[in-house]
Amino acid sequence: MNKQLYLYLPIFVIGLGLYQVFLRNEPFTQLPAVGLIAAFIFSTVTVMNIIVRNPRLEARYGIIVPALFGLTILYVWEVAVRGFGVPKVLLPAPSAIGLALVVQAPVLWADFQQTVLKSVIAGYLLGNGAAFIIALLVDRSPFLQRGLLPLGNLVSAIPIVGIAPIMVMWFGFDWPSKAAVIVVMTFFPMLISTLAGLQGTDRMQRDLMRSYGAHYGQTLLALRLPVAAPMIFNALKLNATLALIGAIVAEFFGTPIVGMGFRISTEVARMNVDVVWATIAVASVVGSVAYGTITLIERRVTFWHPSFRKAPR
Amino acid sequence: MARMIRPPAILTRALPLLFVLAVLAVAWLGGAVWLNAPQIIDRWQRDGKTDYSTGELVTAAWSQERPLLPAPQQIYADLAKSFSGRLDSPRNLLFHTWVTGSAMASGFGLGVLLGGILALGIVHVRTLEKSLMPWVIASQTVPILAIAPMIVVVLGNIGLTGLLPKAVIAMYLCFFPITIGLVKGLRSPDPLQLDLMRTYSASPIQLFWKLRWPAAMPFLFTSLKVAISIALVGAIVGELPTGAQAGLGARLLAGSYYGQTIQIWSALVVSAVLGMGLVGLIGLVERITLRYQAVPKAAGGRG
Repeated sequence: MNKQLYLYLPIFVIGLGLYQVFLRNEPFTQLPAVGLIAAFIFSTVTVMNIIVRNPRLEARYGIIVPALFGLTILYVWEVAVRGFGVPKVLLPAPSAIGLALVVQAPVLWADFQQTVLKSVIAGYLLGNGAAFIIALLVDRSPFLQRGLLPLGNLVSAIPIVGIAPIMVMWFGFDWPSKAAVIVVMTFFPMLISTLAGLQGTDRMQRDLMRSYGAHYGQTLLALRLPVAAPMIFNALKLNATLALIGAIVAEFFGTPIVGMGFRISTEVARMNVDVVWATIAVASVVGSVAYGTITLIERRVTFWHPSFRKAPR
Repeated sequence: MARMIRPPAILTRALPLLFVLAVLAVAWLGGAVWLNAPQIIDRWQRDGKTDYSTGELVTAAWSQERPLLPAPQQIYADLAKSFSGRLDSPRNLLFHTWVTGSAMASGFGLGVLLGGILALGIVHVRTLEKSLMPWVIASQTVPILAIAPMIVVVLGNIGLTGLLPKAVIAMYLCFFPITIGLVKGLRSPDPLQLDLMRTYSASPIQLFWKLRWPAAMPFLFTSLKVAISIALVGAIVGELPTGAQAGLGARLLAGSYYGQTIQIWSALVVSAVLGMGLVGLIGLVERITLRYQAVPKAAGGRG
């Protein structure tokens, strides 16, 4: 019982701090305000500490800890921007970014359609699909494998986004050029991972398949693709972020007047930094959702993998 | 059964690579003809030149001034011409390489510092681990590069231009892999080894320097290789939104504005070579560092 009391006080202080941010617009240079800010930070740290130290609490409320950390960052950001009167061009407050998200929603939605729904999805599917199929073909020829693998490793050191201006020249200003950049960027990570994954079976497993009289296709479906799945999913996750980056950077090189990269570069030039931050927020959410979706699919497909099995209680 | 004659190792390793490279070269040369020829035929027809041999067409396609796809020898010629210039002139690509490379190197240094500090905090403070680690991982899913133009503008507003904004972008991009790799590495000693250190009554500092740090080395180098190529991407992209005058990214942008295809390709080739050279350099340092250390080479694994 006593322990819960420890929790109530900091939570009260956190509430007080939030109240101060959202309902009072005064810049707070006075001592009480500084005290409240210090108390806020101290309280969040205390709550995090209490939860982390207590296994029972952590099992139940573990997710609160990173959330509190994020809240603290946002709070300090908001308070610092208001308190020190940081100009909007330099760094807008989180609330200003939130406002921009709401006010500019139609514009941001159009950008999202152009960049994500057209360029990213088309490029991502094409790039990963082509790499997967070519990996399956190359896998049958050890000669080609030995030729392609070192090359693929070299390619990973190359800043591939640099091909964006060339693709814009070849495929025009609209989304196909962005999709082309994404295809090239996502191709090699997928190719390398799939090839490495397909080689992940050991001799015993292959011999077993052979003793079952399994032919190539059956071995592929029943043994080698499942073994390769974790590596393939790793590449898919990495590529989700790469695809977004590729589309946004390619839009810096020329685009119709819509798209996330276009929005970022023009609004930066017009000093509407809050819209830029709003676009970045959208991009972050898209990236995280894509990552999360792929992770969910991965759990469904590779439920047998040790990293997803539940620990015995 | 007769014994198979094994070809020498250098053949089995080099031959496939050479074959793939040859296929690529042929595809490139052929692609250059395929992409550039229509323009040339068009021009010739306008000039009233109707009979030409295939050889003529191929030579013309490989020596066009603003080709859709320049032939490798054109890029080579452009590079050779550029390297022969004075080192401090903007015509020399080495000058631009230096501009981008120095931004990349300072950003990489800062990133290693920041990534290392974060990793130490995460490994040693449990609250920090629980609160910070999810954000570090989540930040990997964010297209951080999108922030690049804004960092340039924000820092430009406080009067910081030139190298520093690019270095900050490079740092911001490259410290995540270092943090994650180092955390994984410092955690990699297994309970047996930790127990052994305890039976020696090793102090936390001894535990760190004699067990955790050496164990983290392979992980650190794996992530350093990832980080340095990301830092290069960051430095190049950092030059795009500001209209920078010098640097490989500025060359890419200028080339795309003025349709100077060969210039774009030269800048691309140089940045590719730079990237591979840097990763190779880290690999070299890795080999020297790990020479006396009996640790398994493979590190990394699931991200």
